[in-house]
Amino acid sequence: MKNAALLLVVILGGVLIYGSLEFPIWGDPLSPACCHVSPYYIEKAVEDTAVPNLVTAVLADYRGYDTMFETIVIFAAGMGCVFLLRTFQTKETGSRLYRHIPTGITIKIEKKGRFPEDSQVFERIDSHWVPHDLIVKTTCRLIIPFIQIFALYVIAHGHHSPGGGFQGGVILGAAMIIYSIAFNLRAAKRRMNERATVILSTLGVFIYAGIGVICMLFGLNYLDYSALAGLFGVDPVMARSHGILIVEIGVGIAVMAVMVTLYYNLASAGKHDEGL
Amino acid sequence: MIWQIELIILIIVMILAVGALSVKDLLGAAILFGAYSFMMCLLWAIMGAVDVAFTEASVGAGVSTVLFVAAVFRTSRRTED
Repeated sequence: MKNAALLLVVILGGVLIYGSLEFPIWGDPLSPACCHVSPYYIEKAVEDTAVPNLVTAVLADYRGYDTMFETIVIFAAGMGCVFLLRTFQTKETGSRLYRHIPTGITIKIEKKGRFPEDSQVFERIDSHWVPHDLIVKTTCRLIIPFIQIFALYVIAHGHHSPGGGFQGGVILGAAMIIYSIAFNLRAAKRRMNERATVILSTLGVFIYAGIGVICMLFGLNYLDYSALAGLFGVDPVMARSHGILIVEIGVGIAVMAVMVTLYYNLASAGKHDEGL
Repeated sequence: MIWQIELIILIIVMILAVGALSVKDLLGAAILFGAYSFMMCLLWAIMGAVDVAFTEASVGAGVSTVLFVAAVFRTSRRTED
């Protein structure tokens, strides 16, 4: 069976390499990719949208409909992860570990015992708890604000430099994941709980689709941002630039929330109790 | 670009890809996959696709490695086959 699979892989690989011989050579000016729409984008993108970064102009304006469904795909991935992994337990299972902060003594409370709620002297700890990780916690405390500022810069500066909603949203989510790794899952959930992540991921998609609907209400096509010129008080070209920014913000919110949702569910095996 | 650098990175990419597939330790495979993503990010940057390189660095080398490690942490560390 293994040999048959290897043979199949070799044959398919050979067919793919044979097929790639028919491709136009690298940098061929007569290749199909360089003949039809690319010259239009390269010549007219700055005139049409006032966005110097062509990738962002194509992604969020000319091909805005595709990008909207990419965002929906990411949203669906997050929701699928929630539906597959999330387990809702009605009663407490197993024992829990608590640490008495002044003395450093760890106590284990069995299933029938009473757990101290929101105590000042007792702190809940994970079963895989690393004691006194002062360097990791302090470093994360220092670094997280800069990561978040950089993420917002990437989202807002996608017009002029590489970046945009997807990358910025991932970096923003990574800041939250770093916080969750350095402290614990419960601390991260106090900052951003499950309800917030689900609402924010929905809100991001809603912003994107809502901009399209607003464009329709002003009498132009779906996601034709030049319809927003009257709303912003600028000319149609700048309106397309601003429309791209709003769309990128929506994408960033959705991606950030989905990344945090994925991490919460994977790291705690859907229980949202003890994390990585 | 300097073709020697591209060649070295391509060879490293191939070694990392085969290593990530063949290693028995799943945590090691996750780390190798992160290194693979980072090398691919360098390749995209060399080819001038800076947006793709940025996405690869943040998604491939950053968050997906963490998600793999989280999944390994919640399942088993060694692979069966």
